Amino acid sequence: MSLWEYANPRRFMAVSGRVLPWLGWLTGLTLAIGLIWGFFFTPDDYRQGSTVKIIYLHVPAAMIAINAWGMMLVASLVWLIRRHHVSALAARAAAPVGLTMTAIALATGAIWGQPMWGTWWVWDPRLTSFLILCLFYLGYIALWNAIEDTDTAADLTSILCLVGSVFAALSRYAVNFWNQGLHQGASLSMDAKENVSNVFYIPLLFAIAGFILLFLTLVLLRTRTEIRSRRLVALKLRERMAHA
Amino acid sequence: MPDLGKYAVEVLAAYGVTLVLLAGIVALSLYQARRSKRDLNRFEGHDDA
Repeated sequence: MSLWEYANPRRFMAVSGRVLPWLGWLTGLTLAIGLIWGFFFTPDDYRQGSTVKIIYLHVPAAMIAINAWGMMLVASLVWLIRRHHVSALAARAAAPVGLTMTAIALATGAIWGQPMWGTWWVWDPRLTSFLILCLFYLGYIALWNAIEDTDTAADLTSILCLVGSVFAALSRYAVNFWNQGLHQGASLSMDAKENVSNVFYIPLLFAIAGFILLFLTLVLLRTRTEIRSRRLVALKLRERMAHA
Repeated sequence: MPDLGKYAVEVLAAYGVTLVLLAGIVALSLYQARRSKRDLNRFEGHDDA
């Protein structure tokens, strides 16, 4: 079976309709395990005290905020190259979820930064590129809503997505590009020496898995909504032309 | 409830903001999904499901 079969809206609706309830339950379960374990059953850090519990929110949200834009980039490229409507609608569906994750990462980062760094905000490379990514999300959503013709909106937002990808990449690698600023390096890496301690690591993995599943669930749900809305617009247009 | 010590306000605020934002995007997505399904069904002349 080819992946492109899911570019057919009817096929996408049938498969996603079957998968969504299971995905929803799995998301709830994984998120609950990660957050309850992290909040109630992990010790304080010897330097950061109980603020270390914010890691179960901040790190997964930041990861999804960046990778959601990556998913939108792939979907936008599929739209630009192969003109599959479902991919353009999936990119549109992912944007509000990505924006929410970016807002969570910024808010929890500021709340965590205040007691640890002594300030809510600094114009650090990673924080600044994250703020710009947040503005790109807002611009992307506004552009979709500003243009009535779906194909034109998909074209223009896809180009905007390509440009914004620079800041999504910067958000991830800013710490490596510019070895300055208050924000530390990655909390998780392939190098085990750089990872957080195991006592925090396993619940963090559950929280990350929960956030990933939540993103997938919401994108599927919202893509179905976009497909239905697009069909409704097409049917209304057809009816109007039939009566003209 | 774990003892959050002197950082209780910060930790609870972080969890509060996150849960409110997550609940908001989930509620908005469900509301829009139900509305689009109802509108399409109504237009196509099906029963509202």
